[in-house]
Amino acid sequence: MGFESFGTVSFTAEAKVADFVTYLEQGKVMATQCKNCGAKYFPPQMDCPRCLSTDAEWFEVKGSGKLITYTTVQYGPSGFENDAPYTLVIVDFADGLRIFGRLSRDIKESDIKIGMDVKVVPVKLADDRISYEFQRA
Amino acid sequence: MEEVAIVGVGQSTFTRKCGVSVRELCFQAYKEAMEGLDITKDDIDASIVCSAPEYDKQRTPSGLISEYLELTPKPTFYVESVCSSSSTGLRVAWSLIKSGLHKVVAVIGFQKMSELTSREAAERMGRGGDIIWESPFGITMPAGYAMYARAHMAKYDTTEEQMAMVRVKNSSYGARNPKANYRKELSIDDVMNSDVITSPLKMFDCCANCDGSSSIIVARGDVAKRVSKIPIWVIGVGAATDTMTMSGRKSVTGLECSQEAARQAYEMAGVKPEDIDVAEVHDCFTISEILAYEDLGFAKPGEGARLIEEKQTYADGKIPVNVDGGLLSKGHPIGATGGSQIRTIVRQLRGEATEAQVKGAEIGLVHNVGGVGQYGNVTILRR
Repeated sequence: MGFESFGTVSFTAEAKVADFVTYLEQGKVMATQCKNCGAKYFPPQMDCPRCLSTDAEWFEVKGSGKLITYTTVQYGPSGFENDAPYTLVIVDFADGLRIFGRLSRDIKESDIKIGMDVKVVPVKLADDRISYEFQRA
Repeated sequence: MEEVAIVGVGQSTFTRKCGVSVRELCFQAYKEAMEGLDITKDDIDASIVCSAPEYDKQRTPSGLISEYLELTPKPTFYVESVCSSSSTGLRVAWSLIKSGLHKVVAVIGFQKMSELTSREAAERMGRGGDIIWESPFGITMPAGYAMYARAHMAKYDTTEEQMAMVRVKNSSYGARNPKANYRKELSIDDVMNSDVITSPLKMFDCCANCDGSSSIIVARGDVAKRVSKIPIWVIGVGAATDTMTMSGRKSVTGLECSQEAARQAYEMAGVKPEDIDVAEVHDCFTISEILAYEDLGFAKPGEGARLIEEKQTYADGKIPVNVDGGLLSKGHPIGATGGSQIRTIVRQLRGEATEAQVKGAEIGLVHNVGGVGQYGNVTILRR
């Protein structure tokens, strides 16, 4: 199982980090850490360009992060026509992890504040698809 | 080391639907660039063709264009950095001449967006981000810049009205540019009342994709002096890259690829931001022009919006920017855009920019960005 069921529309499936999707199904959003030099990555990657190791371990992204910017998209690309409007955000977590994704539809655009605390949570989408989103912490 | 100069520039009219083939579209720009020069096609040692291949029907178009312009058997090849492809083309041409390999190189940029159906264009729009980690959320190019806009507004109190002022300025020059796609003058209200595309960006905060071509003829210094009455010297080239993912960006209030490319170009040219007489910056969105003011050093971080509010970037201001209408009015034929910006600055430095000449302009700057702040290119030219 790879990335074919990840997000609203997926474009590719195979990746060494496909376990990310398996972890999502188990209710966890994971990042990776290089076993050799300790570098942390989100998006996750097994390969470390800093020390050339190909061995990394998974760790869970826990706690709350700070929303650093957002936009609410009114016109989506192919496959997202019926999805818009939706809000894209970037969120800063501890350890220098910065994560991109969608904000929960439960938060109205007028209630969004840069600097607000959010947590990242796996979510089931229609048609057996899976993703993660940011919710109020 | 040999000096390098631009001896010829040309562009097609930018339009939503050009109605001609890609090779014919390229000929329009090439013809303007070559006319009046004391060289022929046989003097061109190599050609560099620039476009974003995902919009091309023709595979490997460089061979096709080389054939149509009868540039065979001279080498030709293709370069790509999305919206900054033809600035990358100029950088490669500069290097080929500096290395001593070639004396004259033709750079030809094009995009024929109308070759795709709107469905095909929307499909490609969906693959502009990292296809594993960001495209599955529905990111688009406007959304990426909208996130920079939001962060800039929050940190520096930049307003949507100030962003609209960029469009008002550029539309006033676009109205005078016979090669621009959008030639209406717009008011602040026109921009503010247009439909939201991706908040806070509205329709008139965004440029439109277009069909178009551009061409730059680049020559070694001794050849340039012989074939051109007013060679325009390439005195600084800078290029840098930032992450494809939005999550990888260290800053969301400025483009680090622009800052680094500018640093390199200023250093090579031995000039400072205050020495620039006229500039073309990559205004794919209104916020992009405000970011560029700051990233290029025309304003301090956070003070870009004040520059447009004070009208300092109009033709008679402290640092005239995009006085040809910019991407916002001209339109944005991806692979052709950088060449069109370079053409504008070359015409300014030659004193031939009749629509909006900046008096006595001697040093000009071109800032061309690929993707959402992914590929930064800055070129400094001198009369």
